[in-house]
Amino acid sequence: MAKIKKKIKTIKIDADKCNGCRACEIICSAYHATPKYSSVNPARARIQVISHRLKNIWLPVFAGEYAPAECMGRDKYLIDGKEYDECSFCRASCPSRDFFKEPDSGLPLKCDMCESDPALEKPKCVEKCLNNVLIYEEREEEVEEEVRVEDVEIGLEAMINKYGLDKVMDTVSRISVSKKA
Amino acid sequence: MRYAETGYNLEIDLARGNIERVETDPKLTELHLGGLGTSVKLHWDRVPPETEAFDDENILVVSTGLLNGTPAFSANRTLFTFISPQSGLLAYPMMGGFFSAELKYAGYDKIVLRNKSPKLVYLWIHNDKVEIRDATHLKGKGALETQDLIREELNQPRAQVAAIGLAGENRVFTASIEQSRSSASRLGGGAVLGDKNIKAIAVRGTKDVYLARGAEFMTLMDEVTDYINFRNTNPIPDVMTILSGIGSPQEMKHTDEKWHTENFMWGNARTRRRDFWSKPNEENWTNAQLTAIQRLISCFNCPQQCGALVAPPDGSSKYMMKCFGKLTYSMAAYVDDLGFNFRILQRATEYGVDSFSTPQILAFAVELYEAGILTDKDFAGCPSDKEGRFFWLLDRVAHREGIGDILADGVYYAARKIGNGAEKFDHNTIKKHEQLPLKLGMLDPIYYLMYSTNEKISITQIEGNFPQAAFPTREQREAFVRDWIQVPDDRFKQYVLEWEPRGDKSIPYFPTPEMCSEIVDWMEMLHNIDDALGLCAGMGSFCLKPPYHIHNYPKLISAASGMDVDEPGLKKMVNRSRNLHRAFNNRRGMRRADEKPPEDHWKRRFPELEEELLSTYYKFKGWTMDGVPTRERLLELDLGYVAEDLEKRGILKDGENKEEN
Repeated sequence: MAKIKKKIKTIKIDADKCNGCRACEIICSAYHATPKYSSVNPARARIQVISHRLKNIWLPVFAGEYAPAECMGRDKYLIDGKEYDECSFCRASCPSRDFFKEPDSGLPLKCDMCESDPALEKPKCVEKCLNNVLIYEEREEEVEEEVRVEDVEIGLEAMINKYGLDKVMDTVSRISVSKKA
Repeated sequence: MRYAETGYNLEIDLARGNIERVETDPKLTELHLGGLGTSVKLHWDRVPPETEAFDDENILVVSTGLLNGTPAFSANRTLFTFISPQSGLLAYPMMGGFFSAELKYAGYDKIVLRNKSPKLVYLWIHNDKVEIRDATHLKGKGALETQDLIREELNQPRAQVAAIGLAGENRVFTASIEQSRSSASRLGGGAVLGDKNIKAIAVRGTKDVYLARGAEFMTLMDEVTDYINFRNTNPIPDVMTILSGIGSPQEMKHTDEKWHTENFMWGNARTRRRDFWSKPNEENWTNAQLTAIQRLISCFNCPQQCGALVAPPDGSSKYMMKCFGKLTYSMAAYVDDLGFNFRILQRATEYGVDSFSTPQILAFAVELYEAGILTDKDFAGCPSDKEGRFFWLLDRVAHREGIGDILADGVYYAARKIGNGAEKFDHNTIKKHEQLPLKLGMLDPIYYLMYSTNEKISITQIEGNFPQAAFPTREQREAFVRDWIQVPDDRFKQYVLEWEPRGDKSIPYFPTPEMCSEIVDWMEMLHNIDDALGLCAGMGSFCLKPPYHIHNYPKLISAASGMDVDEPGLKKMVNRSRNLHRAFNNRRGMRRADEKPPEDHWKRRFPELEEELLSTYYKFKGWTMDGVPTRERLLELDLGYVAEDLEKRGILKDGENKEEN
């Protein structure tokens, strides 16, 4: 398969430098407001500083994928003598906690690296973190060009494996008749 | 739609348990800006002049500033206003931290607390849901400990909690209100909150704060950001390290304490130790600091790191520290080991006491004991070593036990209660409030005015933009004024250029009384603006060449709030609040006779010049020679109703209305 170049955007988080000011949350929510900068609300931010001040924990975490259900495992990390709570490093917008969700609708939020047209030099949180906790990096990676199978096809394959081709075809025909009727 | 502010206050009657969300009049914002300004107005309207600190009628207002919750860097101050049990005047201690922004996001500009709760409670504000909750299980708990206990109890790790410790519960006059790494310390806010039976206020907000012209605001903030970056990489040369940067004094970062330890007074503001900073002491202090401090930390939305997370050397619980508290206990107790300060401040923070006043009160007690005015009976059970004695005294004060019950009212009242010559040992208070432990040689006319006249009654937060001393050489002065963009008028540059360390153009006669009036008025105005906006003084009024100044405040205010404010308009707004504040205190009896620094603050005093300074300043401000705003000044500021009130009470008399009187 052919190789293609892909731009990978990352934010390196130098958590030891974080002083807990939450400027990243503020600018994130303002930038993503509609119209841009019309409001501020850190609860809408796609970055959250998880902090336990007296435990010396300040940890900026970016919003990642939506998780419809809580996970089974609730691991704890012990690093340099500090115990990090179960969800500290997790990026998921999930039912177990109240952030990475729109506060009024509950819809999940996900960091988009401030993608815009024209493109910003770096995400806004990186720009406003004057202590350089957040460091923006871009690199190119060569990846194999994959032929993406459509989601519908994956789903149908699974159904056919489970129920057999005939049954699936019958069901699809029946539903399509009733929908068209 | 309201911009920058929420437009709502929470009004809570603690006696009846009644909670109301009340829309505020936008005109009040146009007149008084917000924060301190709008809070002073509430006190003027609601608190009769005969009210005492622990009366039901003494409302306590917890206020955000106009820019809290916006993307303005360092807009994180929370103001508490109340009649102080110590000064008897309208006090307004503030704290940084995270509380005010969270309150805005919950949908409120202020919380107005009136009357007293019948039992110990805490408030839980979660957007539109506001509860008064039982706090009897938190009685006696530490001010920091309480914050975490409440977060756990509510299962709200992101709630911000302001709390009092045992000292506040016991109405110690120097009791503070603590929140995260910050505290509102001066003049006994913790005591008033404790008197109202409120252990803590917890808040969590997930609503929007709106900006009128957001994109314009952000462009202005980009300029501020550039200047912050510039100042952080370009400290001002030829001034003390502590004055060279921006932010609150960088006490957590800098270990060189030669200047404080050798120029500030030890004990009860008593002894100057000019040779303290020896090699062994320097090593002890540096090691103690570097060992105890685990991380430098910020307040909400601030790039500076003025606070620190501290692990005390004795292994007791961690706490957070900032500023001058790093050395006040060691210096007051004459303890050469800085480790002592890190240990005792942990306990003092949990008790919730002011780390400026409290060490002086303890040192005052030690002096009285050494002078035989307090006796072995008063000190029964007290260890004899300096450190043990301070811990013991601190415990007595916070618990109000034995002699501690008297000391808990502060130096001024304790001295008068103890009597027997104790009054003489009260030598460092202004308007009954303990001041910086600083005693100097030559009268400084600028400081004389700041000490005497400002309603904050806390010198360290009145000064700021004008250099503290003349630069020795012409070259240094020229270099300083070259990029001094913050001055409201170029004549201030001239004052700096002409100002000499010695000779005709040096203190006390230069700057002249007229110039001093202008300088003090400028600095005071900046503080009043910061205190209305909820901006940290460390980024505006309290440091040399700050990122916020009179030329960018109006633009930021306009873009954030949608009001069209220019420089003269802004000056008028804060001048209005400044005069209303003064009139409020005049109504409570404050007059010229009260406006004086401690007698021994300077060795060389100039009574005639001092009188001239005060008179010139009063005239400049539009006040009578008794320090009361004139009818003309009040009318100019749309405060006719204040003039009428003062006249009705006989505070403004016929013939006193003109400035030349």
